[in-house]
Amino acid sequence: MDEALLRTLTPTVIGILVRRGADFAAAEDAVQDALVEAVRGWPDDPPRDPKGWLVTVAWRKFLDAARADASRRHREVRAEGEPVPGAGEVDDTLRLYFLCAHPSLTAASAVALTLRAVGGLSTRQIAQAYLVPEATMAQRISRAKRTVSGVRFNQPGDVATVLRVLYLVFNEGYSGDVDLAAEAIRLTRQLAVGINHEEVAGLLALMLLHHARRPARTGPDGRLVPLAEQDRGRWNTRLIAEGVDVLQAALARDRLGEFQAQAAIAALHADARTAQETDWVQIVEWYDELVRLTDSPVARLNRAVAVGEADGPRAGLAALAGLDPALPRHAAVAAYLHERDGDPVTAARLYAEAARSAPNLPERDHLTRQAARLNMELRS
Amino acid sequence: MAKYLLLKHYRGAPAAVNDVPMDQWTPEEVSAHVRYMQDFGARLEGTGEFVDGQALSPQGTFVRYDGEGRPPITDGPFAETKDLIAGWMVIDVETYERALELAGELSAAPGAGGKPIHEWLEVRPFLCALPTITE
Repeated sequence: MDEALLRTLTPTVIGILVRRGADFAAAEDAVQDALVEAVRGWPDDPPRDPKGWLVTVAWRKFLDAARADASRRHREVRAEGEPVPGAGEVDDTLRLYFLCAHPSLTAASAVALTLRAVGGLSTRQIAQAYLVPEATMAQRISRAKRTVSGVRFNQPGDVATVLRVLYLVFNEGYSGDVDLAAEAIRLTRQLAVGINHEEVAGLLALMLLHHARRPARTGPDGRLVPLAEQDRGRWNTRLIAEGVDVLQAALARDRLGEFQAQAAIAALHADARTAQETDWVQIVEWYDELVRLTDSPVARLNRAVAVGEADGPRAGLAALAGLDPALPRHAAVAAYLHERDGDPVTAARLYAEAARSAPNLPERDHLTRQAARLNMELRS
Repeated sequence: MAKYLLLKHYRGAPAAVNDVPMDQWTPEEVSAHVRYMQDFGARLEGTGEFVDGQALSPQGTFVRYDGEGRPPITDGPFAETKDLIAGWMVIDVETYERALELAGELSAAPGAGGKPIHEWLEVRPFLCALPTITE
């Protein structure tokens, strides 16, 4: 039973149904029903043409549902002839990406709908990935489908919105039945095949470069391992090489965007064989680009760290001075720079403060350990 | 089987016996504490007594309905004196005594100096749906 194949075929089949006249929500339901049947029947009786099989079964499901509906509402189904096979499939999938990331949806709904309609995941898998009950996720998805049901399918969306949704999926990254980071990479690859856009490539490169370092980012007990202490031998060099290739092709087009700039920074980290070899001067330059492109406070905060590495902790603290102390991770960055500047008392206090406002458990434990380490040194 | 909620407090509970703020421990003591809690959860999964557990951030806000058409009123961030839950674990055990036994064990998680913290944990039974009629 090739579940990966089913996932890949899902958006294509939904697209074909919609092109034949089904509305999006009904098409999506019908394809889910067909997938259930495929999971049940294929292991014993695999079809010669899986896509053709899915289209046929899903279309039959759609007609059944529509007829049942029609008998109530006296509505006719617009069932037209077979479309030319093969034509327009990539376009259908792309439209699905845009539809699922439609601006009328909240981020959480867009993510759920994308995973189901474009990613072909089951509601149960998405629910598990987000650690919510299946019924909750089912509601979220049907609400999302209702929201976009009036949106015309051929209306082109905004690439930036699609990329934002894909990056959200990537950043969830839970790894149970479904590894969302890997899933986001698969979907972004698929998008990159259909659309020639430098920021799609930029995001793909960024994901590949981050993903390549994932095995080294946590210790055996779930502990956070900072970049400088990571065992670089555990980085996935194949993914890094691919990420760098994708990035270089994107940068060559000379239309810089935020994902390309972030990927460039990730590439510079990946390129260093040891933490000491990191080219911090170039990283600062890329952060300057990122700040120019996004004017994001988070980019400024990260820039302060890079400045601290390139020009010393004093320069880093100066770069930090103009930023809002309420920014997430501000205290952690300040603690790090103060420690390097030889002020462990301030650093310990700031690490403890940062631990209290840490957004997740591994980060909180890491920051608590930093505070503990300094306080222990101060006592001895 | 009955479900109990074990509540770990940031503050608001009576002071622990080994009452040292966590940032004053050694990094190894922090690790040992974290590992103890992970092992505890894993072991209860093994005995079939684990239901769920999550850590909570120290930031919290009280919210109250303030009349129709008005935004809910909030109070917070918490003043220092307020009770503040740090995390919780739901267990599903045979008896109340077993719930107390497990809470006692969790309260003995190692802290400063590798010695048990003896922190106060709150144990709260769940109210369940009506029991099945067995006549």
